[in-house]
Order: sequence, then C-alpha cells, then structure tokens
Amino acid sequence: MNAPAYNFAYLDEQTKRMIRRAILKAIAIPGYQVPFASREMPMPYGWGTGGVQVTAAILGPQDVLKVIDQGSDDTTNAISIRKFFGKTAGVATTTATSDATVIQTRHRIPEAPLHAGQVLVYQVPIPEPLRFLEPRETETRRMHALAEYGLMHVKLYEDIARFGHIATSYAYPVKVNARYVMDPSPTPKFDNPKMDNCPALQLFGAGREKRIYAIPPHTDVVSLDFEDHPFTRYRFDAPCALCGAGDSYLDEIVTDDKGGRMFVCSDTDYCESRQLAGHRGSESAAPHKERAHG
Amino acid sequence: MYVAVKGGERAIENAHRLLAHERRGDRDVPELSLAQIAEQLSLGVDRVMTEGSLYDRELAALAIKQARGDLIEAIFLVRAFRATLPRFGATEPVNTGEMQVRRRISSTFKDIPGGQILGPTFDYTHRLLDPQLADGFVPEQPETSEARQAATPRVTDILGRDGLIEPSPAADADAPVGDLTREPLSFPADRDLRLQNLARADEGFLLALGYSSQRGYGRNHPFAGEIRFGEVEVEFFAEDAGFAVALGSIELTECQMVNQFKGSATEAPCFTRGYGLAFGQSERKTMSMALVDRSLRARELGEEVIAPAQDEEFVMSHSDNVQATGFVEHLKLPHYVDFQSELGLLRKLRKEFAEAKAPDMQEAAE
Amino acid sequence: MTTVAELPAGFADKVLSAQSTFRSVMDAMARPGSVQRVTASVGAPDGMMRGAAAIALTLFDHDTPIWLDAAMSATPDVAKWLKFHASAPVVADSSIASFALIGDAKNLPALDRFAFGSNEYPDRSTTLILQVESLTQGPTFEVKGPGIDGTALLQATLQPRDLFQRLTINEALFPRGIDVVLVHDDLIVAIPRTTRLVASGA
Repeated sequence: MNAPAYNFAYLDEQTKRMIRRAILKAIAIPGYQVPFASREMPMPYGWGTGGVQVTAAILGPQDVLKVIDQGSDDTTNAISIRKFFGKTAGVATTTATSDATVIQTRHRIPEAPLHAGQVLVYQVPIPEPLRFLEPRETETRRMHALAEYGLMHVKLYEDIARFGHIATSYAYPVKVNARYVMDPSPTPKFDNPKMDNCPALQLFGAGREKRIYAIPPHTDVVSLDFEDHPFTRYRFDAPCALCGAGDSYLDEIVTDDKGGRMFVCSDTDYCESRQLAGHRGSESAAPHKERAHG
Repeated sequence: MYVAVKGGERAIENAHRLLAHERRGDRDVPELSLAQIAEQLSLGVDRVMTEGSLYDRELAALAIKQARGDLIEAIFLVRAFRATLPRFGATEPVNTGEMQVRRRISSTFKDIPGGQILGPTFDYTHRLLDPQLADGFVPEQPETSEARQAATPRVTDILGRDGLIEPSPAADADAPVGDLTREPLSFPADRDLRLQNLARADEGFLLALGYSSQRGYGRNHPFAGEIRFGEVEVEFFAEDAGFAVALGSIELTECQMVNQFKGSATEAPCFTRGYGLAFGQSERKTMSMALVDRSLRARELGEEVIAPAQDEEFVMSHSDNVQATGFVEHLKLPHYVDFQSELGLLRKLRKEFAEAKAPDMQEAAE
Repeated sequence: MTTVAELPAGFADKVLSAQSTFRSVMDAMARPGSVQRVTASVGAPDGMMRGAAAIALTLFDHDTPIWLDAAMSATPDVAKWLKFHASAPVVADSSIASFALIGDAKNLPALDRFAFGSNEYPDRSTTLILQVESLTQGPTFEVKGPGIDGTALLQATLQPRDLFQRLTINEALFPRGIDVVLVHDDLIVAIPRTTRLVASGA
C-alpha cells in the first residue's frame, strides 16, 4: 500500500506557491477576497482548513506558533491544530501572545496588543459579508466590484428600526481602507477596534469557501455604522472574576442551576499573565449585567 | 474557588483510544480484512472511490474500515490523501464505446446492437430479507458463456447517426482539462467543471435533485437511453515516448439520458443529452447525475431557470458532502464567544423592551 | 549557448529557501517602502539579480505565465532557467502575464501593456519585478498607504525615473492595478497598488 510521506508543514510546494501568490494579492488589495484553489486538508471543512492552509504557507522553522480558539489555547480544536503543526513542521509553539510570530485564531483577537512582525491568521467560515443578504456569489461579486453596499446599510438600518440598535454582535462588518466591506470572521464586535491601524499583518483564510483576504499593518478598518447610531463596543459591567481585568472580553460560566454566573476572561493567556503578575479578581459568582459602552 | 477547565490534550488522546476500541468492536468477533470489504461491500467501495475521486479499491476499503462504515467519513479520508498526491497529467479520454460490458440496458429500444445484458443487478430481486445470508451461505456458480465479440455501440451514437439527438460536444484537444480541485471555481461554470463537480457530488444530494426534476421542478422528460457497466482501458500520452501508453483498466458505470427535444426557427428539433459517469457499479449515482447534468444545461439550451436542479451556483456550491458535512458538523465546535455576544445583546434588547412596555402597562391600568 | 547541465543552480534547499524568500516578499508587500533582504542561497542566470531569481523560484510555476523584457530575453538563458527550475511558461503577450521580469527598467513598457485585473477580479493582474540600480542610495521617496504607519521613506535609484508618476494610474484604477516589486541584488522593496507618493527629493 502507498504509505504517504508529507512535506514540511504538510502542503506540497506547488500548493504553497499558489496560496502564497494569493496572500500577496490579498495584501495588495486590502479587504478583497482572493479566490484560491483550497485543498482538502486532513481536518474537516469548517474546522479551520483555510487558516491552516494560510499558516502552512507562511510558516518557517524560525517561527513560534500560537493557536487559539475562543481566545483559549486549551480548547480541543486549538490543541488539535497546534499539534498538527508541531508534528508536520516541527515549529516551536507557545501560548504567550507576545512571544508568538504567527497566531492562528478562531473567533477572537488577543487582548494583548499585537506588534510589528507578528502575523494573525484568522479561520473564516463565511468570508462574504453580503452572503446573508444575497446568497449568490455572482451577485455579491458584482456588488463588491461596484462598491455597492447599500444592501448592507439597509440591513443595519432595519435593525435600528426594529430593535433600536444594530443587532449584530459578532462578525460585525467593517470597511477596509475605505473601499471593501469585509467580514472580520465571527469575532465579537468587541474585537473590531483592534483591527484598525494594527501593527501586525492580519490574514484571513476560508478553506471551504476558497477565499483568502488580508489587512496590511496600519490600515484603516472602520466598523459600519450611522452618524446617529455610532458603532459601540460591547462591554461588560464587572471585571474578570479571576484576574480582575476590566478591559477584556469575558466568558460567562454557569456555576449552578439556580442562576449563578461568573464572568472570566476568554483570552486565557491574558488572564493567566495578569494573575501571575499578582492581579486578583473576586472569584465570586455574582451575576451582573452588561451595558453598551461608546 | 474556580479553576478553568484544562487537559484538552489528554481528552483528545483518550478519545482517540476509545474510538479505536469502538472501531474494533467485540474482540471475540474476527476482524474485517480489507479484502472482505473490497469483495463483499463492493458497492460501498465504488461509492467511496467515486466521491473520493480516487480509483484505488484497497485504499477505499481501508477508508471504510477506518471510518467504521461511515461512507462520507471514508470519502473524506480518501480525499485528504488524494490532495497530497503529485499530478503527472491527464489521461487520454476513455472510450466507453469500447467497454468490456458486464451490464448494459436501454429503456428506449427493445433490442440494440450488442444486445441488452441484465448483468448483476438488484433490479428484479424481491426485497425480502434473506435469512440464508446470515451465516455461511455459498451461492451457486453463475452461468457462463463465451464472451461475445459483437460491438456494443452507444445508443446515443445510434440516435446521432440520424441526427435525432444533438451531437456530443467534440473535445477540443488543445483546451486544458478543467479541474476544480486545482482552480477556484467561478460562475458561470463550463460543462467540464459541472460534470467534475457532479461526479464528486454526494449521491443522496443528486438523487433528491434528480427526483425533484422528475416531479416537475424543472422537468426535462428523461429516457434512460443507456446504462452500461464494465471495464475500460486507461491510456496516458507519454511525451517522451510520443504515444499513448496503457496504464490498466478500470470499472466504470455510464448513463446517457435522452431528454426532451429542442429546436428553433433555424434548428430542427432533436433530443438532448444528460450524462453521468462514475467509478465501479454506481447506477443510482450516474442516473441522478445525468438528470442533474441535463437540468444544469438550462442556460445553454435557452430554458428558463426556475428550479433548484437547474441552478448551477446552488447545485455546485452544495453538492460536495465533504464540504457540507464539515460545515454542518463544525457547529459542534465551541462558539462560546459569539454566543456570549448574542446573549449580551439579547438581554439588553429584552430589558429595553420591558422598560418600554412598563409605561404602557401603567397607562392601561389608569 | 547554455545546456541544461550548465544552467545555474536553483535554490540550495527548495522548501526552506522558498519559505524564507516568501516571508521577505510578504513583509515587503505588507510594509511598502521597507527594504527586505532575501537570505536564501540561490543561483541565477546572467542578467538576473539574486533577489529576482529567488522570487521567481518562490512564486513561479506552470500556472503563472511570465513575460520577459528585452534585457531578460537577450539570451535564451533566463527563459531556459525558468523553464528548468520553475516549469514557468514564458509568454510574448504581456497582458496575460502573471509576472513580468524587467531587467532593464529604463525601457519599462507603458503600464497598460500589462494586466490590471477586472473590477470583479482585481487579483488577475500582472506583478512587475523590476531590477533597479539601488535600494539604499539615491533620491528619497516619501510614501503612504496601507502597511505604512504614517509615511515611509525610501532612498533608491529607480528606473524609469518617473516610476512613481506612472504608478499614479493605480489611484484611478483601484481596485484594479499593478503591484511592483523592486529588486537590487538581494534587497527587495514592494510598491503595491495602494501605495501613494507623498513627496520626493534629492
């Protein structure tokens, strides 16, 4: 039987070249979704195959890789992807945001500010921000070509008419470099401001949908809004119960079946670093409410 | 004191060990061999080869064994392996007209040159569970006779001689062969890419779409012109040698549907074609594929696109079961972060709703 | 004429050299105006700088039609070397090229001879790889755009002298346009279609 032998970082060189060319175009046209011939990866579509292909195409032996899912290095899918690269590329891995040169993420942007020289690779399920308004690729491609984004504004405005707010709390659309409307992947809108003028390079890979896009460092990224309904960043009312951070995105932990809740940092590296530095939270399970914060 | 959940790595390792244990089942029951799967579950192997896009019975059998009989999981395993294989080029087009036919039926003519050959088929079995098969049943040897030397021309070629069916598009020898596994798909897609997509497509998805076209969602009046199953030779043009070299033979099933005629002021009416091809004996797949291929030709034949089976973007974007199962099943992955966002927003909206309602209630009470 | 056996070598280590070269090009593209270095050890045919040769081996293959300018096609060596090491087809029509290799940048053809891509597919454009006199000495060019924190200063001796003026078409064409990679020896600088000249001086 043909026992397979795999290349450095799994992908063959021809595939890497194809992905690398797509990445360069993506950087040159910020926010534009470059079609690429996504390969079948040894993990399911929808589980990070796009991010994995982008990471595999850029990763070298000098890199230090961090993989997070929901902000955490310890979720099963993050572990699985980290192990994959540990095995196929033999790269060093870390959980410390500041030590990583390449960070692959699903659904979060780390709390610690990113720096120049880092690359943040997002796993993207549906790269097309207009997809839920217009299911046809032929149509959405035309809309991007003409920068015809009225449909998106109508949708957001309908939210306001119905709920009094823009009722999009994650995958909140942004405009990149004043041209392309882009899906930031299903990150909470809390993270949107971190994309703007970020010193790190941000790359987005959608494997099943076969698209790669990018935000170069120091690029304008604006969350869509209206003058009378400006974008607001979701914020929690109480600090993290473990580290006391008041500026981080929190996971809600159900502590009992009597309404008990506690809130802790979703970014585990951020939380642990703060605890190591001596910061302490209440560790109490007091329920608290959220409020919008400008 | 709250301690965050850790130990995902251990959990994964333990889960894999448990999976291997469950896969093996009761260790007192003899283990399945790949030969047993390849020989006795051969239609499952054919499906895995077809939708996995790789003709290798042994690997397909291994995939079925590894996947515990879950054929979509097996197809996924084969695809992931296939993706890493180097490409040397494309073979010469296979000639199904010269197939060593093991089964061949036409529903359009009572008799055809080369004859109707029923072959191995469930078609006229009565679907009564057979208790004999439960244990140690030895079937009779099949009837044999001299292999017939008579040619078996394709029914569509017979119709084509009289111009009754549209000509099959002639292959342009210089045009590169489209390959949607190497080039990102864009729409509209040409028929080569559509057929490649349908050949890899989920059998159940095509079955349902083909069925919907029969029930009136884009009806195109099909007749099963011919279904044939047998062996064909595969040849590869070797540039160094300057001629085509035989690589071996493969089993294929081909279905040619003969569909509603079309015509115009300038063109005489003639039947149209729908085409299906699959590895091994895959009749349901090729028939469904031929129905959907014909439906997807709506644009080219000037028909109004009104039904799902005619909508190439809809069909091609959703036909691949490896893609579909990945995305459906990814809902198992943690979504705490986006769920938390939605939860926060919903609480806020409900609170505002309650506050807005409160004065109304007061007014009503007054 | 050079035989295949006499062709200069490609990368010493195909996999890791391509990776490190790609990272240099990616960093260059992500930080327009910044000077990046190609560190991989690479052979190059006559007339081709090391940086250009490394980029070619990193990004070219049989899916990328390549256009060569008169300087690059003066002898068949470059085309042969590309075919042997990258299997890249050399085409006569610059408007279908994925990449154009410009050895004599003074005689760079008008930019509209290359592919700009379409508004639907702006990525289907030609990337120019331009060999220039210096990327460390010469006049200064102050540039801004995505990838640049404020403005960036590039000191370079560029041909054609009016390169940045010519690239102003990118402004009107966007999202269509031309991306440029400048090469001198093993140094590279990228000027993607989003980069704008703010000022230039001696």
